[in-house]
Amino acid sequence: MKMVIAIIQPWRLEYVKEALYAAEVKLMTVSEVLGHGRQDGAPEIYRGQKETGNLLRKIRLEIAVNEAFVEPTIAAIQKGAKTGEVGDGKIFVYELAEVVRIRTGERGGKAIG
Amino acid sequence: MKRFSSFLTALTLAVAALSAQTAAPTPVLSSGNTAWLLAATALVMFMTAPALGLFYGGLVRKKNVLSVLMQCFAALAIVSVIWVAFGYSLAFSDTEIIPGVLGDFKWAFFNGMTPEVLSPYYISDATGRVPHLVFAMFQCMFAVITPALIAGAFAERMKFSFFVLFTALWEILIYIPLAHMVWSANGVLFKLGVLDFAGGTVVHINAGFAALAVVLLLGKRSNHRTLPPHNLAYTMMGAAMLWFGWFGFNAGSSLAADGIGASAFVATNSAAAAAGLVWPFLDWLINKRPTILGAATGAVVGLVAVTPAAGFVNPAGAMAIGAIATIVCFFMVTVVKEKLGYDDALDAFGCHGIGGIVGALLTGVFADPRLWKAFGATYSGALYGNPGQLGIQAIGVLVSVCLAFFGTLIIYKLVDLVLRARVSVHEEEVGLDITQHNERAYTVID
Repeated sequence: MKMVIAIIQPWRLEYVKEALYAAEVKLMTVSEVLGHGRQDGAPEIYRGQKETGNLLRKIRLEIAVNEAFVEPTIAAIQKGAKTGEVGDGKIFVYELAEVVRIRTGERGGKAIG
Repeated sequence: MKRFSSFLTALTLAVAALSAQTAAPTPVLSSGNTAWLLAATALVMFMTAPALGLFYGGLVRKKNVLSVLMQCFAALAIVSVIWVAFGYSLAFSDTEIIPGVLGDFKWAFFNGMTPEVLSPYYISDATGRVPHLVFAMFQCMFAVITPALIAGAFAERMKFSFFVLFTALWEILIYIPLAHMVWSANGVLFKLGVLDFAGGTVVHINAGFAALAVVLLLGKRSNHRTLPPHNLAYTMMGAAMLWFGWFGFNAGSSLAADGIGASAFVATNSAAAAAGLVWPFLDWLINKRPTILGAATGAVVGLVAVTPAAGFVNPAGAMAIGAIATIVCFFMVTVVKEKLGYDDALDAFGCHGIGGIVGALLTGVFADPRLWKAFGATYSGALYGNPGQLGIQAIGVLVSVCLAFFGTLIIYKLVDLVLRARVSVHEEEVGLDITQHNERAYTVID
Protein backbone atom coordinates (compact mmCIF):
# COMPACT_ATOMS: atom_id res chain seq x y z
CA MET A 1 0.00 0.00 0.00
CA LYS A 2 1.15 3.51 -0.79
CA MET A 3 0.04 7.04 0.14
CA VAL A 4 0.19 9.38 -2.85
CA ILE A 5 0.33 13.07 -1.99
CA ALA A 6 0.21 15.68 -4.71
CA ILE A 7 0.55 19.48 -4.56
CA ILE A 8 -1.10 21.00 -7.62
CA GLN A 9 -2.35 24.30 -9.01
CA PRO A 10 -5.87 25.03 -7.68
CA TRP A 11 -7.36 25.50 -11.13
CA ARG A 12 -6.09 22.05 -12.27
CA LEU A 13 -8.11 20.16 -9.62
CA GLU A 14 -11.06 19.52 -11.94
CA TYR A 15 -8.76 18.09 -14.64
CA VAL A 16 -6.98 15.88 -12.10
CA LYS A 17 -10.27 14.53 -10.72
CA GLU A 18 -11.44 13.74 -14.23
CA ALA A 19 -8.21 11.84 -15.00
CA LEU A 20 -8.37 9.97 -11.67
CA TYR A 21 -11.97 8.91 -12.29
CA ALA A 22 -11.00 7.71 -15.77
CA ALA A 23 -8.30 5.58 -14.10
CA GLU A 24 -10.89 4.15 -11.67
CA VAL A 25 -9.36 5.98 -8.71
CA LYS A 26 -12.34 7.44 -6.88
CA LEU A 27 -11.16 8.07 -3.33
CA MET A 28 -9.30 11.17 -2.31
CA THR A 29 -8.91 13.88 0.33
CA VAL A 30 -8.45 17.46 -0.89
CA SER A 31 -7.27 20.46 1.10
CA GLU A 32 -6.34 24.07 0.39
CA VAL A 33 -2.75 24.81 1.34
CA LEU A 34 -0.15 27.59 0.91
CA GLY A 35 3.35 27.15 -0.38
CA HIS A 36 5.83 27.79 -3.12
CA GLY A 37 8.63 26.05 -4.94
CA ARG A 38 11.71 27.37 -6.68
CA GLN A 39 9.79 30.08 -8.47
CA ASP A 40 9.50 31.93 -5.10
CA GLY A 41 5.90 32.97 -5.56
CA ALA A 42 4.55 36.05 -7.33
CA PRO A 43 4.09 39.19 -5.19
CA GLU A 44 0.71 40.93 -5.31
CA ILE A 45 0.49 44.74 -5.20
CA TYR A 46 -1.77 46.63 -2.76
CA ARG A 47 -2.00 50.44 -2.96
CA GLY A 48 1.25 50.38 -4.90
CA GLN A 49 3.16 48.37 -2.28
CA LYS A 50 4.44 44.90 -3.13
CA GLU A 51 3.28 42.41 -0.53
CA THR A 52 6.01 40.25 0.93
CA GLY A 53 4.11 37.22 2.23
CA ASN A 54 4.53 35.43 -1.08
CA LEU A 55 3.05 32.01 -0.33
CA LEU A 56 0.83 30.84 -3.18
CA ARG A 57 -2.48 29.05 -2.98
CA LYS A 58 -2.13 25.35 -3.85
CA ILE A 59 -4.27 22.23 -3.62
CA ARG A 60 -3.04 19.16 -1.72
CA LEU A 61 -4.44 15.75 -2.70
CA GLU A 62 -4.06 12.66 -0.52
CA ILE A 63 -4.85 9.29 -2.05
CA ALA A 64 -4.25 5.89 -0.41
CA VAL A 65 -3.87 3.11 -3.00
CA ASN A 66 -3.02 -0.59 -3.34
CA GLU A 67 0.15 -1.42 -5.27
CA ALA A 68 -1.65 -2.05 -8.56
CA PHE A 69 -3.04 1.48 -8.55
CA VAL A 70 0.17 3.38 -7.72
CA GLU A 71 1.37 3.98 -11.27
CA PRO A 72 -2.10 4.67 -12.78
CA THR A 73 -2.73 7.19 -9.98
CA ILE A 74 0.58 8.99 -10.58
CA ALA A 75 -0.06 9.01 -14.33
CA ALA A 76 -3.56 10.40 -13.87
CA ILE A 77 -2.43 13.20 -11.56
CA GLN A 78 0.36 14.14 -13.92
CA LYS A 79 -1.99 14.07 -16.91
CA GLY A 80 -4.49 16.33 -15.17
CA ALA A 81 -2.09 18.75 -13.47
CA LYS A 82 0.59 19.27 -16.11
CA THR A 83 0.59 22.55 -18.02
CA GLY A 84 4.34 22.71 -18.69
CA GLU A 85 4.62 25.97 -16.73
CA VAL A 86 6.63 26.56 -13.56
CA GLY A 87 4.41 25.87 -10.54
CA ASP A 88 2.65 22.72 -11.77
CA GLY A 89 3.55 21.05 -8.47
CA LYS A 90 4.91 17.74 -7.19
CA ILE A 91 3.83 14.19 -6.37
CA PHE A 92 5.16 12.40 -3.26
CA VAL A 93 4.72 8.65 -2.67
CA TYR A 94 5.08 7.12 0.82
CA GLU A 95 4.90 3.56 2.13
CA LEU A 96 1.60 3.12 3.95
CA ALA A 97 1.85 1.04 7.16
CA GLU A 98 -1.80 0.43 7.92
CA VAL A 99 -5.35 1.36 6.91
CA VAL A 100 -8.45 0.88 9.08
CA ARG A 101 -12.03 1.34 7.87
CA ILE A 102 -13.73 2.92 10.86
CA ARG A 103 -17.23 1.56 10.18
CA THR A 104 -16.31 -2.14 9.90
CA GLY A 105 -12.87 -2.41 11.45
CA GLU A 106 -11.47 -3.97 8.23
CA ARG A 107 -7.72 -3.51 7.84
CA GLY A 108 -5.07 -3.31 5.11
CA GLY A 109 -5.73 -3.54 1.36
CA LYS A 110 -9.41 -4.43 1.85
CA ALA A 111 -9.98 -1.21 3.77
CA ILE A 112 -8.57 1.05 1.07
CA GLY A 113 -11.10 0.64 -1.72
CA MET B 1 -21.63 72.17 6.57
CA LYS B 2 -21.37 75.51 5.50
CA ARG B 3 -24.45 76.10 7.50
CA PHE B 4 -23.19 79.25 9.01
CA SER B 5 -19.73 79.15 7.67
CA SER B 6 -20.64 79.46 4.05
CA PHE B 7 -22.26 82.66 5.01
CA LEU B 8 -19.12 84.18 6.27
CA THR B 9 -19.07 86.31 3.22
CA ALA B 10 -22.70 87.15 3.68
CA LEU B 11 -22.33 87.93 7.34
CA THR B 12 -25.61 89.73 7.53
CA LEU B 13 -27.49 86.50 6.95
CA ALA B 14 -25.42 84.66 9.51
CA VAL B 15 -26.15 87.21 12.15
CA ALA B 16 -29.79 87.09 11.16
CA ALA B 17 -29.75 83.42 12.01
CA LEU B 18 -29.33 83.96 15.71
CA SER B 19 -31.25 87.17 16.05
CA ALA B 20 -34.14 85.72 14.08
CA GLN B 21 -35.76 84.37 17.21
CA THR B 22 -36.42 87.88 18.47
CA ALA B 23 -36.56 89.94 15.28
CA ALA B 24 -37.97 88.96 11.85
CA PRO B 25 -41.08 86.83 11.24
CA THR B 26 -41.48 83.73 13.41
CA PRO B 27 -39.71 80.75 11.74
CA VAL B 28 -41.82 77.70 10.97
CA LEU B 29 -41.05 73.99 10.95
CA SER B 30 -40.69 72.31 7.55
CA SER B 31 -41.70 68.67 7.66
CA GLY B 32 -39.92 68.09 4.32
CA ASN B 33 -36.63 69.48 5.62
CA THR B 34 -37.06 67.58 8.88
CA ALA B 35 -37.71 64.29 7.08
CA TRP B 36 -34.62 64.70 4.91
CA LEU B 37 -32.34 65.71 7.76
CA LEU B 38 -33.48 62.80 9.94
CA ALA B 39 -32.70 60.46 7.03
CA ALA B 40 -29.37 62.21 6.36
CA THR B 41 -28.44 61.79 10.04
CA ALA B 42 -29.06 58.05 9.78
CA LEU B 43 -26.99 57.97 6.56
CA VAL B 44 -24.02 59.58 8.30
CA MET B 45 -24.33 57.13 11.22
CA PHE B 46 -24.18 54.35 8.60
CA MET B 47 -20.81 55.70 7.40
CA THR B 48 -19.09 54.89 10.71
CA ALA B 49 -20.61 51.54 11.56
CA PRO B 50 -20.85 49.51 9.38
CA ALA B 51 -19.28 51.28 6.36
CA LEU B 52 -15.96 52.48 7.79
CA GLY B 53 -15.71 49.33 9.92
CA LEU B 54 -15.95 47.13 6.83
CA PHE B 55 -13.69 49.38 4.72
CA TYR B 56 -10.97 49.24 7.37
CA GLY B 57 -11.79 45.72 8.62
CA GLY B 58 -11.17 44.12 5.24
CA LEU B 59 -7.74 45.74 5.00
CA VAL B 60 -6.28 44.36 8.23
CA ARG B 61 -5.15 40.82 8.93
CA LYS B 62 -7.70 38.21 10.03
CA LYS B 63 -6.52 38.33 13.61
CA ASN B 64 -7.32 42.07 13.93
CA VAL B 65 -10.61 42.47 12.07
CA LEU B 66 -12.77 42.53 15.20
CA SER B 67 -10.55 45.13 16.87
CA VAL B 68 -11.13 47.52 13.96
CA LEU B 69 -14.89 46.89 13.85
CA MET B 70 -14.97 47.44 17.61
CA GLN B 71 -13.06 50.72 17.39
CA CYS B 72 -15.57 52.10 14.88
CA PHE B 73 -18.52 50.86 16.92
CA ALA B 74 -17.02 52.16 20.16
CA ALA B 75 -16.43 55.59 18.60
CA LEU B 76 -20.16 55.72 17.82
CA ALA B 77 -21.08 54.91 21.41
CA ILE B 78 -18.42 57.01 23.20
CA VAL B 79 -18.93 60.14 21.14
CA SER B 80 -22.73 59.89 21.21
CA VAL B 81 -22.66 59.91 25.02
CA ILE B 82 -20.23 62.84 25.15
CA TRP B 83 -22.20 64.73 22.51
CA VAL B 84 -25.55 64.53 24.27
CA ALA B 85 -24.04 65.12 27.72
CA PHE B 86 -22.14 68.31 26.92
CA GLY B 87 -20.32 68.02 23.57
CA TYR B 88 -23.01 69.57 21.42
CA SER B 89 -23.40 72.44 23.84
CA LEU B 90 -19.67 73.17 23.97
CA ALA B 91 -19.42 73.02 20.18
CA PHE B 92 -22.50 74.99 19.20
CA SER B 93 -23.85 77.16 22.01
CA ASP B 94 -23.87 80.89 21.27
CA THR B 95 -22.75 81.77 24.80
CA GLU B 96 -19.11 80.94 25.30
CA ILE B 97 -16.49 79.95 27.85
CA ILE B 98 -13.67 80.92 25.49
CA PRO B 99 -14.85 83.49 22.94
CA GLY B 100 -14.60 82.20 19.39
CA VAL B 101 -13.17 78.86 20.51
CA LEU B 102 -15.50 77.06 22.94
CA GLY B 103 -19.17 77.32 23.87
CA ASP B 104 -20.63 76.65 27.32
CA PHE B 105 -22.90 74.11 29.01
CA LYS B 106 -26.28 75.70 28.43
CA TRP B 107 -27.46 72.86 26.14
CA ALA B 108 -25.93 70.07 28.28
CA PHE B 109 -28.14 66.94 28.03
CA PHE B 110 -30.02 68.91 25.38
CA ASN B 111 -31.41 71.09 28.15
CA GLY B 112 -34.19 73.33 26.85
CA MET B 113 -34.25 71.58 23.47
CA THR B 114 -37.84 70.37 23.76
CA PRO B 115 -39.40 68.93 20.58
CA GLU B 116 -41.07 72.19 19.49
CA VAL B 117 -37.85 74.25 19.62
CA LEU B 118 -36.52 75.01 16.13
CA SER B 119 -32.83 74.92 15.20
CA PRO B 120 -31.05 78.27 15.53
CA TYR B 121 -28.73 76.92 12.82
CA TYR B 122 -30.03 77.05 9.29
CA ILE B 123 -28.88 78.29 5.92
CA SER B 124 -32.02 79.85 4.62
CA ASP B 125 -35.43 80.39 6.17
CA ALA B 126 -37.03 80.13 2.73
CA THR B 127 -38.38 76.60 3.19
CA GLY B 128 -38.67 76.50 6.98
CA ARG B 129 -36.52 74.98 9.71
CA VAL B 130 -35.88 71.67 11.43
CA PRO B 131 -36.18 70.91 15.16
CA HIS B 132 -33.09 71.82 17.16
CA LEU B 133 -32.86 68.14 18.18
CA VAL B 134 -32.43 67.06 14.55
CA PHE B 135 -29.61 69.54 13.91
CA ALA B 136 -27.87 68.41 17.11
CA MET B 137 -28.06 64.74 16.12
CA PHE B 138 -26.94 65.42 12.53
CA GLN B 139 -23.89 67.10 14.07
CA CYS B 140 -23.47 64.17 16.45
CA MET B 141 -22.80 61.78 13.56
CA PHE B 142 -20.07 64.07 12.19
CA ALA B 143 -18.49 64.12 15.64
CA VAL B 144 -18.68 60.31 15.68
CA ILE B 145 -17.02 59.57 12.35
CA THR B 146 -14.04 61.89 12.82
CA PRO B 147 -12.21 59.95 15.58
CA ALA B 148 -13.25 56.67 13.89
CA LEU B 149 -11.38 57.79 10.75
CA ILE B 150 -8.17 58.17 12.77
CA ALA B 151 -8.37 54.50 13.79
CA GLY B 152 -7.22 53.49 10.31
CA ALA B 153 -3.76 54.90 10.99
CA PHE B 154 -3.03 53.11 14.26
CA ALA B 155 -4.75 49.83 13.38
CA GLU B 156 -3.30 46.50 14.54
CA ARG B 157 -1.21 47.76 17.49
CA MET B 158 -3.10 50.02 19.94
CA LYS B 159 -4.47 48.89 23.30
CA PHE B 160 -8.24 49.18 23.48
CA SER B 161 -8.10 50.96 26.84
CA PHE B 162 -5.83 53.62 25.34
CA PHE B 163 -8.16 53.94 22.35
CA VAL B 164 -11.17 54.61 24.59
CA LEU B 165 -9.50 57.29 26.69
CA PHE B 166 -7.74 58.88 23.71
CA THR B 167 -10.95 59.03 21.65
CA ALA B 168 -12.90 60.67 24.47
CA LEU B 169 -10.22 63.27 25.22
CA TRP B 170 -9.50 63.96 21.56
CA GLU B 171 -13.19 64.53 20.91
CA ILE B 172 -13.47 67.02 23.78
CA LEU B 173 -10.16 68.85 23.36
CA ILE B 174 -9.70 68.88 19.56
CA TYR B 175 -12.91 68.13 17.68
CA ILE B 176 -15.27 70.24 19.75
CA PRO B 177 -13.16 73.45 19.77
CA LEU B 178 -12.43 73.13 16.03
CA ALA B 179 -16.13 72.57 15.30
CA HIS B 180 -16.92 75.68 17.34
CA MET B 181 -14.28 77.76 15.55
CA VAL B 182 -15.47 76.70 12.10
CA TRP B 183 -19.23 76.31 12.49
CA SER B 184 -20.56 78.41 15.35
CA ALA B 185 -21.64 81.94 14.54
CA ASN B 186 -18.97 83.37 16.84
CA GLY B 187 -16.20 81.01 15.70
CA VAL B 188 -12.86 82.57 14.79
CA LEU B 189 -12.47 80.57 11.57
CA PHE B 190 -16.10 81.09 10.65
CA LYS B 191 -15.47 84.82 10.65
CA LEU B 192 -12.43 84.40 8.41
CA GLY B 193 -14.53 83.42 5.36
CA VAL B 194 -13.25 79.91 4.72
CA LEU B 195 -15.52 77.93 2.40
CA ASP B 196 -16.20 74.46 3.83
CA PHE B 197 -19.54 73.01 2.83
CA ALA B 198 -19.65 69.74 4.76
CA GLY B 199 -16.58 69.50 6.96
CA GLY B 200 -13.40 69.11 4.94
CA THR B 201 -11.44 70.90 7.67
CA VAL B 202 -13.22 69.83 10.86
CA VAL B 203 -13.61 66.20 9.81
CA HIS B 204 -11.05 65.20 7.19
CA ILE B 205 -8.00 67.44 7.61
CA ASN B 206 -8.53 67.18 11.36
CA ALA B 207 -8.70 63.36 11.36
CA GLY B 208 -5.90 63.02 8.81
CA PHE B 209 -3.35 65.09 10.71
CA ALA B 210 -4.37 63.62 14.06
CA ALA B 211 -3.68 60.25 12.41
CA LEU B 212 -0.19 61.36 11.36
CA ALA B 213 0.59 62.64 14.87
CA VAL B 214 -0.52 59.35 16.44
CA VAL B 215 1.49 57.08 14.14
CA LEU B 216 4.64 59.19 14.59
CA LEU B 217 4.41 58.68 18.37
CA LEU B 218 3.06 55.13 18.33
CA GLY B 219 5.62 53.77 15.87
CA LYS B 220 5.40 51.08 13.25
CA ARG B 221 3.77 47.73 13.62
CA SER B 222 6.35 45.15 14.66
CA ASN B 223 7.59 43.08 11.74
CA HIS B 224 6.11 45.78 9.52
CA ARG B 225 5.77 44.65 5.94
CA THR B 226 3.09 44.72 3.31
CA LEU B 227 0.67 41.86 3.76
CA PRO B 228 -2.39 41.15 1.65
CA PRO B 229 -5.64 42.61 3.04
CA HIS B 230 -7.59 39.72 4.57
CA ASN B 231 -10.88 40.43 2.78
CA LEU B 232 -11.05 42.96 -0.04
CA ALA B 233 -14.71 42.12 -0.57
CA TYR B 234 -15.44 43.71 2.85
CA THR B 235 -13.36 46.70 1.83
CA MET B 236 -15.23 47.14 -1.44
CA MET B 237 -18.63 46.84 0.29
CA GLY B 238 -17.45 49.31 2.91
CA ALA B 239 -16.36 51.80 0.24
CA ALA B 240 -19.71 51.49 -1.53
CA MET B 241 -21.54 52.05 1.77
CA LEU B 242 -19.37 55.10 2.47
CA TRP B 243 -20.32 56.48 -0.94
CA PHE B 244 -24.00 55.87 -0.06
CA GLY B 245 -23.72 57.46 3.38
CA TRP B 246 -21.82 60.43 2.01
CA PHE B 247 -25.01 61.64 0.30
CA GLY B 248 -26.32 62.31 3.81
CA PHE B 249 -23.03 63.89 4.86
CA ASN B 250 -22.82 66.34 1.95
CA ALA B 251 -26.35 66.78 0.62
CA GLY B 252 -27.61 66.87 4.23
CA SER B 253 -25.27 69.75 4.94
CA SER B 254 -27.57 72.16 3.16
CA LEU B 255 -29.78 71.51 6.24
CA ALA B 256 -32.79 71.49 3.94
CA ALA B 257 -34.37 69.38 1.21
CA ASP B 258 -33.58 72.02 -1.39
CA GLY B 259 -31.68 72.84 -4.57
CA ILE B 260 -28.36 73.42 -2.82
CA GLY B 261 -28.68 69.97 -1.27
CA ALA B 262 -29.37 68.54 -4.73
CA SER B 263 -26.35 70.37 -6.11
CA ALA B 264 -24.19 68.93 -3.32
CA PHE B 265 -25.60 65.47 -4.11
CA VAL B 266 -24.55 65.81 -7.77
CA ALA B 267 -21.08 67.07 -6.85
CA THR B 268 -20.61 64.21 -4.37
CA ASN B 269 -21.45 61.52 -6.88
CA SER B 270 -19.45 63.16 -9.67
CA ALA B 271 -16.27 63.47 -7.61
CA ALA B 272 -16.50 59.90 -6.28
CA ALA B 273 -17.05 58.54 -9.78
CA ALA B 274 -14.15 60.45 -11.35
CA ALA B 275 -11.81 59.52 -8.52
CA GLY B 276 -12.95 55.89 -8.55
CA LEU B 277 -11.93 55.74 -12.21
CA VAL B 278 -8.61 57.58 -11.93
CA TRP B 279 -7.00 55.47 -9.19
CA PRO B 280 -7.42 52.06 -10.91
CA PHE B 281 -6.24 53.62 -14.17
CA LEU B 282 -3.07 54.81 -12.41
CA ASP B 283 -2.68 51.26 -11.07
CA TRP B 284 -3.10 49.92 -14.58
CA LEU B 285 -0.51 52.30 -15.94
CA ILE B 286 2.08 51.84 -13.20
CA ASN B 287 1.47 48.38 -11.72
CA LYS B 288 -0.03 46.63 -14.76
CA ARG B 289 -3.48 45.88 -13.30
CA PRO B 290 -6.55 47.98 -12.40
CA THR B 291 -7.15 46.96 -8.77
CA ILE B 292 -10.32 46.61 -6.70
CA LEU B 293 -8.54 48.25 -3.79
CA GLY B 294 -7.59 51.11 -6.12
CA ALA B 295 -11.21 51.67 -7.18
CA ALA B 296 -12.38 51.63 -3.54
CA THR B 297 -9.57 53.91 -2.36
CA GLY B 298 -10.03 56.33 -5.23
CA ALA B 299 -13.76 56.69 -4.62
CA VAL B 300 -13.17 57.45 -0.93
CA VAL B 301 -10.48 60.03 -1.78
CA GLY B 302 -12.88 61.69 -4.22
CA LEU B 303 -15.57 61.83 -1.52
CA VAL B 304 -13.12 63.32 0.99
CA ALA B 305 -11.93 65.95 -1.46
CA VAL B 306 -15.39 67.06 -2.55
CA THR B 307 -16.64 67.41 1.04
CA PRO B 308 -15.69 71.09 1.45
CA ALA B 309 -16.60 71.83 -2.18
CA ALA B 310 -20.00 70.14 -2.54
CA GLY B 311 -22.63 72.85 -2.75
CA PHE B 312 -20.14 75.38 -4.17
CA VAL B 313 -18.93 73.63 -7.33
CA ASN B 314 -20.61 72.50 -10.54
CA PRO B 315 -20.35 68.85 -11.70
CA ALA B 316 -17.30 69.48 -13.90
CA GLY B 317 -15.53 71.18 -11.01
CA ALA B 318 -16.42 68.26 -8.74
CA MET B 319 -14.98 65.74 -11.20
CA ALA B 320 -11.81 67.81 -11.53
CA ILE B 321 -11.45 67.93 -7.73
CA GLY B 322 -11.96 64.16 -7.46
CA ALA B 323 -9.44 63.42 -10.20
CA ILE B 324 -6.73 65.82 -8.98
CA ALA B 325 -7.03 64.70 -5.36
CA THR B 326 -6.70 61.08 -6.45
CA ILE B 327 -3.49 61.74 -8.37
CA VAL B 328 -1.97 63.52 -5.35
CA CYS B 329 -3.10 60.84 -2.86
CA PHE B 330 -1.93 58.02 -5.12
CA PHE B 331 1.54 59.56 -5.12
CA MET B 332 1.47 60.09 -1.34
CA VAL B 333 0.35 56.56 -0.55
CA THR B 334 2.44 54.62 -3.07
CA VAL B 335 5.66 56.67 -3.13
CA VAL B 336 6.00 59.23 -0.31
CA LYS B 337 4.77 56.99 2.51
CA GLU B 338 7.35 54.33 1.73
CA LYS B 339 10.15 56.91 1.41
CA LEU B 340 9.34 58.57 4.75
CA GLY B 341 8.66 55.24 6.47
CA TYR B 342 5.78 56.17 8.80
CA ASP B 343 3.29 53.34 9.31
CA ASP B 344 -0.11 54.84 8.48
CA ALA B 345 -1.58 51.34 8.38
CA LEU B 346 -4.73 51.96 6.35
CA ASP B 347 -3.80 55.39 4.92
CA ALA B 348 -5.99 57.59 7.11
CA PHE B 349 -3.46 60.40 6.69
CA GLY B 350 -2.74 59.69 3.03
CA CYS B 351 -6.42 59.73 2.07
CA HIS B 352 -8.16 62.03 4.58
CA GLY B 353 -5.35 64.44 5.49
CA ILE B 354 -3.98 64.91 1.99
CA GLY B 355 -7.31 64.49 0.18
CA GLY B 356 -8.84 66.97 2.64
CA ILE B 357 -6.17 69.60 1.92
CA VAL B 358 -6.44 69.21 -1.84
CA GLY B 359 -10.23 69.49 -1.60
CA ALA B 360 -10.13 72.55 0.66
CA LEU B 361 -7.69 74.37 -1.63
CA LEU B 362 -9.49 73.42 -4.84
CA THR B 363 -12.77 74.66 -3.38
CA GLY B 364 -11.09 78.06 -3.59
CA VAL B 365 -10.43 77.40 -7.28
CA PHE B 366 -13.63 75.78 -8.56
CA ALA B 367 -16.34 77.52 -6.46
CA ASP B 368 -18.87 78.61 -9.08
CA PRO B 369 -20.71 81.90 -8.30
CA ARG B 370 -23.69 80.89 -10.46
CA LEU B 371 -24.78 78.24 -7.92
CA TRP B 372 -25.82 80.68 -5.19
CA LYS B 373 -26.82 83.63 -7.37
CA ALA B 374 -30.53 82.97 -7.01
CA PHE B 375 -30.12 82.79 -3.22
CA GLY B 376 -28.48 86.18 -2.97
CA ALA B 377 -24.98 85.00 -2.12
CA THR B 378 -21.73 84.83 -4.07
CA TYR B 379 -19.05 82.20 -3.58
CA SER B 380 -16.36 82.44 -6.23
CA GLY B 381 -13.11 80.59 -6.68
CA ALA B 382 -9.93 81.54 -8.55
CA LEU B 383 -11.32 80.10 -11.77
CA TYR B 384 -14.15 82.64 -11.63
CA GLY B 385 -12.02 85.70 -10.99
CA ASN B 386 -11.58 85.51 -7.23
CA PRO B 387 -8.00 84.30 -6.61
CA GLY B 388 -8.12 85.70 -3.06
CA GLN B 389 -10.39 82.83 -2.00
CA LEU B 390 -7.50 80.40 -2.52
CA GLY B 391 -5.48 82.33 0.07
CA ILE B 392 -8.36 82.24 2.56
CA GLN B 393 -8.69 78.50 1.99
CA ALA B 394 -4.96 78.09 2.61
CA ILE B 395 -5.27 79.88 5.96
CA GLY B 396 -8.14 77.58 6.93
CA VAL B 397 -6.03 74.56 6.01
CA LEU B 398 -3.03 75.80 7.96
CA VAL B 399 -5.00 76.48 11.15
CA SER B 400 -6.71 73.07 11.01
CA VAL B 401 -3.46 71.24 10.28
CA CYS B 402 -1.64 72.91 13.19
CA LEU B 403 -4.46 72.44 15.69
CA ALA B 404 -5.02 68.81 14.71
CA PHE B 405 -1.35 67.83 14.55
CA PHE B 406 0.09 69.61 17.59
CA GLY B 407 -3.09 69.22 19.67
CA THR B 408 -3.07 65.48 19.04
CA LEU B 409 0.60 65.18 19.99
CA ILE B 410 -0.25 66.75 23.37
CA ILE B 411 -3.33 64.60 23.99
CA TYR B 412 -1.47 61.44 23.08
CA LYS B 413 1.29 62.34 25.56
CA LEU B 414 -1.33 63.08 28.23
CA VAL B 415 -3.06 59.71 27.87
CA ASP B 416 0.35 58.06 27.63
CA LEU B 417 1.06 59.22 31.19
CA VAL B 418 -1.78 57.03 32.44
CA LEU B 419 -1.86 54.11 30.00
CA ARG B 420 0.64 52.42 27.71
CA ALA B 421 -0.49 53.02 24.12
CA ARG B 422 0.88 49.89 22.49
CA VAL B 423 0.14 46.29 23.06
CA SER B 424 3.20 44.09 23.71
CA VAL B 425 5.00 42.57 20.73
CA HIS B 426 3.61 39.18 21.72
CA GLU B 427 0.04 40.53 21.88
CA GLU B 428 0.55 42.15 18.50
CA GLU B 429 1.72 38.86 17.00
CA VAL B 430 -1.20 36.91 18.48
CA GLY B 431 -3.57 39.62 17.26
CA LEU B 432 -5.76 42.24 18.91
CA ASP B 433 -8.99 40.24 18.55
CA ILE B 434 -7.84 37.61 21.03
CA THR B 435 -5.61 39.75 23.25
CA GLN B 436 -7.89 42.79 23.56
CA HIS B 437 -11.33 41.22 23.30
CA ASN B 438 -10.82 37.46 23.74
CA GLU B 439 -12.90 36.75 20.64
CA ARG B 440 -12.18 35.78 17.07
CA ALA B 441 -14.00 36.62 13.84
CA TYR B 442 -13.61 33.35 11.99
CA THR B 443 -13.67 29.78 13.21
CA VAL B 444 -11.82 27.06 11.28
CA ILE B 445 -14.21 24.17 11.96
CA ASP B 446 -17.98 24.70 12.23
